[in-house]
Amino acid sequence: MKKTLLTLIAMAALSTTALAADIKPALVYGTGGKFDKSFNEAAFQGAEKYKKETGTDFRDFEPTSDTQGEQAIRNFASRGYNPIVAVSFAWTSAMEKVAAEFPDTKFVIVDSVVKLPNVRSVVFKEEEGSYLVGILAGMASKSGKVGFIGGMDIPLIRKFACGYAQGAKAANAKIEVLQNMTGTTGAAWNDPVRGGELTKNQIDQGADVIYAAAGATGLGVLQTAADNKKLSIGVDSNQNHLHPGSVLTSMVKRVDLAVYNAYKDAAAGKFTGGIQTNGVKEDGVAYALDDNNAKLITPEMKTAVEKAKADIISGSVKVHDYMSDNSCPM
Amino acid sequence: MSTASVPLPNWITYGLMPLLNLLVAFFISGLVVWWIGEDPLAALKLLIEGSLGRGDAIGFTLFYATSFIFTGLSVAVAFHAGLFNIGSEGQAYLGGLGAALVALALDRYVPWYVTMPFAVIGAALFGAAWAFIPAWLQAKRGSHVVITTIMFNFIGAALMVYLLVNVLIVPGKMAPETRTFLPGGQLPKLDWLMAWFGLKLGPAPFNVSFLIALVMAFLVWVLIWRTKLGYEMRTLGISPSAAIYAGIPYGRTVIIAMLISGGLAGMMALNPVMGASARLQVEFVGGAGFVGIAVSLMGRSHPLGIVLAALLFGILYQGGADLSFEMPNITREMIVVIQGLVILFAGALEYMFRPAMVHLYQRLKRA
Repeated sequence: MKKTLLTLIAMAALSTTALAADIKPALVYGTGGKFDKSFNEAAFQGAEKYKKETGTDFRDFEPTSDTQGEQAIRNFASRGYNPIVAVSFAWTSAMEKVAAEFPDTKFVIVDSVVKLPNVRSVVFKEEEGSYLVGILAGMASKSGKVGFIGGMDIPLIRKFACGYAQGAKAANAKIEVLQNMTGTTGAAWNDPVRGGELTKNQIDQGADVIYAAAGATGLGVLQTAADNKKLSIGVDSNQNHLHPGSVLTSMVKRVDLAVYNAYKDAAAGKFTGGIQTNGVKEDGVAYALDDNNAKLITPEMKTAVEKAKADIISGSVKVHDYMSDNSCPM
Repeated sequence: MSTASVPLPNWITYGLMPLLNLLVAFFISGLVVWWIGEDPLAALKLLIEGSLGRGDAIGFTLFYATSFIFTGLSVAVAFHAGLFNIGSEGQAYLGGLGAALVALALDRYVPWYVTMPFAVIGAALFGAAWAFIPAWLQAKRGSHVVITTIMFNFIGAALMVYLLVNVLIVPGKMAPETRTFLPGGQLPKLDWLMAWFGLKLGPAPFNVSFLIALVMAFLVWVLIWRTKLGYEMRTLGISPSAAIYAGIPYGRTVIIAMLISGGLAGMMALNPVMGASARLQVEFVGGAGFVGIAVSLMGRSHPLGIVLAALLFGILYQGGADLSFEMPNITREMIVVIQGLVILFAGALEYMFRPAMVHLYQRLKRA
């Protein structure tokens, strides 16, 4: 009798955990801040989407320094928040420490790898998505010159630039790729004025399609390109709607899905650790096509980019990853 | 009669007036908090508890304060010589390079207490070197040190990003940072100090560099008020023409003051680089150099005042982060507003209450 009672209690406990859809999700942004119209905002959108669908609210925090990031992750963990998603590679070492302290909490890190059983590391093949928009840029350019404007000169952004250059060269072997970085401090992610100046400069040098991978700085790039009747390419979120008819396409990086899936998997009890690599094949990176840019993408361009996509998926085209050897063949 | 020249006792100038300024700043901040629909008293309680309520909270507060003591002293030393060093930020950034190179070179072979003196010297040397060119330009060419030190912040940032992305980075890693130092290159935490007071430090990175900061604060006091060089610097600060007339070498004093200032800023790097993260990262200074200006202003450029002002800013930093964590309505921008109000009242408007104080004091004295 006692045993059956115990079994019953154990079963009840088990079933409640299986039904425990009320997770307490948390989200820690990069130091760029929540509303950057780009990377961090995509993460926010993912969490919002989960909230809308399930009614489960989430807590978020915008750290201003590395020390605060670690504190925030630890605070969430010690208050029972689970799962905890931290976007930005800046939290790698913080995550290594905190995830080891709380082995029963599930963590997700975006854009970096932490090798612990309770951490899911979500990384993206930005070079593949950039390759696709590079092909579109190479084909759309009439002057034979395309531009790239990055935020801060860090490996991640070189990865974008390298994939883009490879794509543009694949479309047009003689194309020239102009490259500029916005700055050397964190302010480079949030300097639309300087982004605009660099764009003007590249346009003066003859570029007629400009790809921005620079957070909120990119807004200035897109604006200046639109003002000068040139084409631009957005990044991270779908930015086609910002200047319809001028934004050629956007390199969409599905940070929102990474956040959304983490919460969903945790609620369903299907959360897994390990590395999740999201490339073109997994729809983790893509070029954006909607009503705003449908007229800019000709049928030939669409055929070419779809072919490239299929080639990447099948493996017959391999886009070089800058991070693999810290150099770019272009 | 002007009230500016009336002498007031020190306890009013250095005790009561800063306290009054602080209260007004908190009152206005409270109005802002109330205006966005939160309870100001609850917010104040969270701010105090979040910075002083627990062992680890105090640890974080003191960790931030340590950085601010270094940069505050840096600004103050230059200020005594009449120089406005806005470049502590860049000097601290370069100081990090000095500390990191020492740690990377020695951490495999020797324990931390052998590495530490070399790291202190390395950080100070690199910081001082970064202050040297603006100092030389000021002394010999009259290029204003405010302009040149600001520009050197950007040159420093560019140099550091280049080095971290291309030279010092661990190949294949995403983050532009050096490898993690082994224990021989790390400054140990001060948990024993906290244990004296029955507090548990927890994960807070409060470390030995706090003690180095206190030693430096004492040495700065000795330098400024007890040495010939300090006397020369102060004379130069009050009246350059009088100093030159008295035979104090202008160029030499300017350069030495700036070198000491840069060295102190460089030592700030010991705290985050070797004390907390055990690696050199991009932008590890995080604005501490600029906070140093406010700290020095509030502390009236006196080491004791600087230590107290640094503690206050440590409380605002740590308590502010905790407050915006507990009250999501109070965003991190709101915390900057509160910090800004404190700087405004305690720094820029420091003499606002002085006339009223003088009248009150004179009336009380007559009575």
